[in-house]
Amino acid sequence: MKIHQLSLFLENKPGRLSEPCKVMASAGINILTLSLADTQQFGILRLIVRDWQKAKAVLEKAGCIVNMTEVVAIEVEDKPGGLARVLSAIEEGGINIEYMYAFTFRTGDRAVIVFRFDNPDAAVELLRSHKINVIGSVELYERAEA
Amino acid sequence: MTEFAIENRIRDSAETLPREELKALQLQRLRDLVARIVHVPFYKEAFARERITPETIRSLDDLRRLPFTTKADLHDYYPLGFLAVSREQVARFHGSSGTTGKPTIVAYTRADLDLWANLCARFLVAGGLRPEHTVHIAFGYGLFTGGFGLHYGVEKVGAAILPAASGNTARQIMLLEDLESDVLICTPSYALNIAEAAREGGKNPRSFNLKLGYFGGEMWTEDMRLQIEAELGIHALNNYGLSEVIGPGVSGECAAREGMHIQEDHFIVECVDPDTLDPVPDYEYGELVFTTLTKEAMPLLRYRTRDIAALDSCMCPCGRTTVRMSRVPGRTDDMLIIRGVNVFPSQIEEALLQVEGAAPHYLIEVERPGVMDQMSVKVEVRPESFSDKMSEMQALHDAIDRRIQSITGIRATVELVAPQTLERSAGKAKRVVDHRCEKRPSRLDSRGTADR
Repeated sequence: MKIHQLSLFLENKPGRLSEPCKVMASAGINILTLSLADTQQFGILRLIVRDWQKAKAVLEKAGCIVNMTEVVAIEVEDKPGGLARVLSAIEEGGINIEYMYAFTFRTGDRAVIVFRFDNPDAAVELLRSHKINVIGSVELYERAEA
Repeated sequence: MTEFAIENRIRDSAETLPREELKALQLQRLRDLVARIVHVPFYKEAFARERITPETIRSLDDLRRLPFTTKADLHDYYPLGFLAVSREQVARFHGSSGTTGKPTIVAYTRADLDLWANLCARFLVAGGLRPEHTVHIAFGYGLFTGGFGLHYGVEKVGAAILPAASGNTARQIMLLEDLESDVLICTPSYALNIAEAAREGGKNPRSFNLKLGYFGGEMWTEDMRLQIEAELGIHALNNYGLSEVIGPGVSGECAAREGMHIQEDHFIVECVDPDTLDPVPDYEYGELVFTTLTKEAMPLLRYRTRDIAALDSCMCPCGRTTVRMSRVPGRTDDMLIIRGVNVFPSQIEEALLQVEGAAPHYLIEVERPGVMDQMSVKVEVRPESFSDKMSEMQALHDAIDRRIQSITGIRATVELVAPQTLERSAGKAKRVVDHRCEKRPSRLDSRGTADR
């Protein structure tokens, strides 16, 4: 029930962000969502794409450093308190959130948020026990294409 | 780790001469030297100019009246302008690379060759070499003094030699295993290459029969020593020399490993400020200058090595009375001065080797945007240490920052860059870009004497 996220090291220089995007565009890879974490010195670009293995290959070939990390996509009610509910369940379980970011699409009144946990398997189990909907890759891509 | 323990053995009584006797010996040899080289054109001219004769050398302090000799001087008299004997008396030539394309040629008489072998034998014995050992020499055998120098030194001690020379690492590993050599002699970086190649071939380099290694020919740090000792399971010892002075054998570590003993009965060493040429006190870094007291074919007075080191005149626990030199952290030509502090590129390298996840590929840039010097260090991120977590990347960045500050004493701006973006080269990679406009004072051009 985990999603594959790619992360790229970006030097803090002009053009470093557009380069990987161009590389993926030429390979016909569509970005489903992304997040850019930055410091003054460098950035980490996190991407969710449909075919992560192909994306990793083309990016590495173009000279990028790419990591793959397993993250968890969680369905959150798109109304006040929706996210808070999910977060309190996670906190109760004592699980640490490294970072999170939202998907650009939503269906009906539900948004999808990506979470990076230190222990994704334990997180998935905990969320399920709270009846919070965890979305796997297949369903995620279907929703993205819709 | 090897069970082999290094015994403290001293080969020659000259190594334990009381200081007063040693100084008297040096003075007598210095006078003889001045007499022997009066007809060498460079020295003839300098002696006439400064009115120097053997009689005017009354104490070792008079050394300061003698001229310095630089690499540029040797180059001006290429190939054999510094020869002090007739051509027929030369038994061997060697050479070292010059920065201008022509090598620096050095020459040896039979007596010089015997001296050279004995000087190497001294540090080999000091480090624990025994006649029953087999020594694998992986230095190039050719113009370079390392191969032949160590070869005859080992022969003097009576040990067996496997002259593996350089290159073909796979074959070197096969020979190390099959011949079960006890001792390895090569550059420190080649030792690490051998260990890595062994592991890549599925072998454990600690399983070789090696007990001991003598490494030199390039700068290396204490950390690298620990790394070599861990990876090969041996004791690793340092030795120093340069072909202009004689080759390897100028100095070497004893079992105490607290500095390298300089063979003072054959060389007078000075440690000077590279700008003022005044002597620096013990424990302070300065440029090493050697006067070769007993070499016959190409003796040199006050040869400026451009190697930086510090001297220690205190008594060594091993019992030798000779002065010890530190490792050479850098050369006068690569040293940088940043906000008044001496910084060597090798220090940056050491810092990076100490931080897990930093590749030792770096570029130092120095600028002076306002009134203060600023140093920035670009460091390549190793692909395997790239993390999706900002906290880990930040921690890597901060660890590098702290380590550089701890080793150099100054704060640099650290920039992590993508792998393969910094220049690679087969030889010495370009590590420093100095953007500061003012010309750094040249330390190589001074040919003056101490009377300046």
